[in-house]
Amino acid sequence: MKPHTISILVENRPGVLSRVAGLFTRRGFNIESLAVGTCEEPGMSRITAVVIADDEIIEQVKKQLNKLINVIKVSDITYIDHVAREIALIKVSAEPGTSRAEVMQLADNFRARIIDVGTRTVVLEVTGDTVKIDALEKLLHQYGIKELVRTGKIAMPRGSKTVSPRK
Amino acid sequence: MKTGAKILIESLLHEGVDAIFGYPGGTVLPIYDELYDSSLRHILVRHEQAAVHAADGYARASGRVGVCLATSGPGACNLVTGIATAYMDSVPVVAITGQVPTTLLGNDAFQESDITGITLPITKHSYLVNNAGELGKIVHEAFYIAGTGRMGPVLIDIPKDVQTDVVADPETVPEKVSIRGYQPTVRGHPKQIEKAVSMISGASRPVIYAGGGVIASGGDAELMRFAETMMIPVTTTLMGLGAIPAHHPLNLGMLGMHGTQSANYAVTECDLLIAVGARFDDRVTGKLESFAPNAQVIHIDIDPAEIGKNKAVDLPIVGDVRQVLKEINLKLTEKRVQSPWNDRLAEWKSQSIQPPAVDTGLLTPQYIVRTLSDLLTDSGIIVTEVGQNQMWAAQHYSFTRPRQWITSGGLGTMGYGFPAAIGASIACPDKTVVDIAGDGSFQMNIQELATVVQYNIPVKIMILNNQYLGMVRQWQELFYDRRYSYTELPSVDFVGIAKAYGVPGICVTDPADVKDALRQSLTCDGPFLLDFRIEREENVMPMVPAGAAINEMILGDKR
Repeated sequence: MKPHTISILVENRPGVLSRVAGLFTRRGFNIESLAVGTCEEPGMSRITAVVIADDEIIEQVKKQLNKLINVIKVSDITYIDHVAREIALIKVSAEPGTSRAEVMQLADNFRARIIDVGTRTVVLEVTGDTVKIDALEKLLHQYGIKELVRTGKIAMPRGSKTVSPRK
Repeated sequence: MKTGAKILIESLLHEGVDAIFGYPGGTVLPIYDELYDSSLRHILVRHEQAAVHAADGYARASGRVGVCLATSGPGACNLVTGIATAYMDSVPVVAITGQVPTTLLGNDAFQESDITGITLPITKHSYLVNNAGELGKIVHEAFYIAGTGRMGPVLIDIPKDVQTDVVADPETVPEKVSIRGYQPTVRGHPKQIEKAVSMISGASRPVIYAGGGVIASGGDAELMRFAETMMIPVTTTLMGLGAIPAHHPLNLGMLGMHGTQSANYAVTECDLLIAVGARFDDRVTGKLESFAPNAQVIHIDIDPAEIGKNKAVDLPIVGDVRQVLKEINLKLTEKRVQSPWNDRLAEWKSQSIQPPAVDTGLLTPQYIVRTLSDLLTDSGIIVTEVGQNQMWAAQHYSFTRPRQWITSGGLGTMGYGFPAAIGASIACPDKTVVDIAGDGSFQMNIQELATVVQYNIPVKIMILNNQYLGMVRQWQELFYDRRYSYTELPSVDFVGIAKAYGVPGICVTDPADVKDALRQSLTCDGPFLLDFRIEREENVMPMVPAGAAINEMILGDKR
């Protein structure tokens, strides 16, 4: 079982996201993250889903998604060279003095930005692949993470290859 | 200038709909008002569940799309079981529901329910209409989606204000539907077909496993040609009964949990299994690892998601069964002759257990079904409820053609048969429609006796009455040490009930009276009810216990 990144092009209509999400739940497919937004095609949206399952289940996931009338194209980009990013906002305890300096140092090392500073907390914004964000999260735990929000992964193939439908 | 309700009715007529099954209510009043003057035939049922089962029975009997109509909230929710039934058996049904006005949507208004949300997992597609101008286009699309590809139910939810809105310029409805995300593959891939032909020619112990897809695609003639050319024995699923005539020498009968010995042994021993419009349901395969363990598998199906879902497949062919078989037949030029494999199967067939004979003096369901089969031959349409009655009908009626057999296979819906028989009778008024029922199932939609009387729908109800929930009792007998926990039903005077509704009936207790009673029922012009007081603890045999391999059958006593 490994995480698969699936890119789904759908019609931008009410209820489409719940059709897609509902399909995952009711068929017992374990979904790790789901990110959705508009895309290059007018009237369409692209959903990026990360699903943890073996290849056989993923095949079934793709086939079931393809059966939905509002789904235009489903691509598993796990095995093709791609770039992937997610954003996390992390609110960390940062008491004035040593710990605040350390947190800021860490942020700097991870190229995270500090987007809010409170009297006892700072909020970091970090962009990167899942591994990088996981690593930063792990390091920040010792200072105390007050709140954490992640967008879920978005991804696209590298180079001239696309997951757009053939025109 | 037209209202949404008028556009709806006109669209239905444009789709060639001649009858709809429904039940009125607050949020469909504008539609019912339009129906009042329309040429569309509306059958008033007594429960919305019956409306959708009737639409389903209509669709299965005729091959056309069945249509039902219900109000919002409770009306719509009562459709759920029927929609799920149609979904599981891939039956083309368009279900139309009323909805509270758009201004109240989401407010928990009186009789509001999110029916598109509720039915999301059991519909092929659904629409919540928010603009009356789009209604014509949506109806056209819905019929197209329901009746093409792998067929299935489509729901159209129409808020009341959309029904009353007056539209000056409705969206034009294109003759040909084009939906970007929905393009079913009809023709099989030529390379795959070529490979299939070589696998078929090379096999020494091939078996065809034919399912409901053969019936749905109208592929029975191509299937016969294929089987006869290559002398390949055919076993059918419950849904595939009628795809090959019962008495055809190549027919092995049904396979699976209550399948024949010859079919289950053949599948276990074959070296090539050709699955045609069938989906490897657990009631068919039993223990998956032991299902066709030594066979290469060819799977022909219009739904790519079915291929490899349960059983690994060596050669998939995505396409319409009739089309694909036609292509295969064009390539099979050399006729094969009887092989040792055929001889072996013929021997198994001759050794299969025989049904109880009449001279036992007992009133057995097998004898009743066989007698009906002899009397009706191929002029009848057999609809069943769910349970023992369904399996006895499947095992002992001799089906000779497709669409002669209508039953809830995938969902196993008790209460399905009677309303589905009403739909079948409306679709095929020239055929004798018989609902083979159990006393338990029949009581789930017994109120439809009022419907058959109101419209004089000549459905024959044949209750195999054992005063038990018979199939559950059978499982309790075999696997729960005869602890009949809540499966005994008190005796009901079904003839009396039928009479109260205005339906004539006879109660039969003696095997000697079976033939006459059936004759009387079949020659009667209108609906008729027969209450057969059968052997109470008769079982459906053979039987494969759940989770066992299909060649590990319990055979029962060889009476």
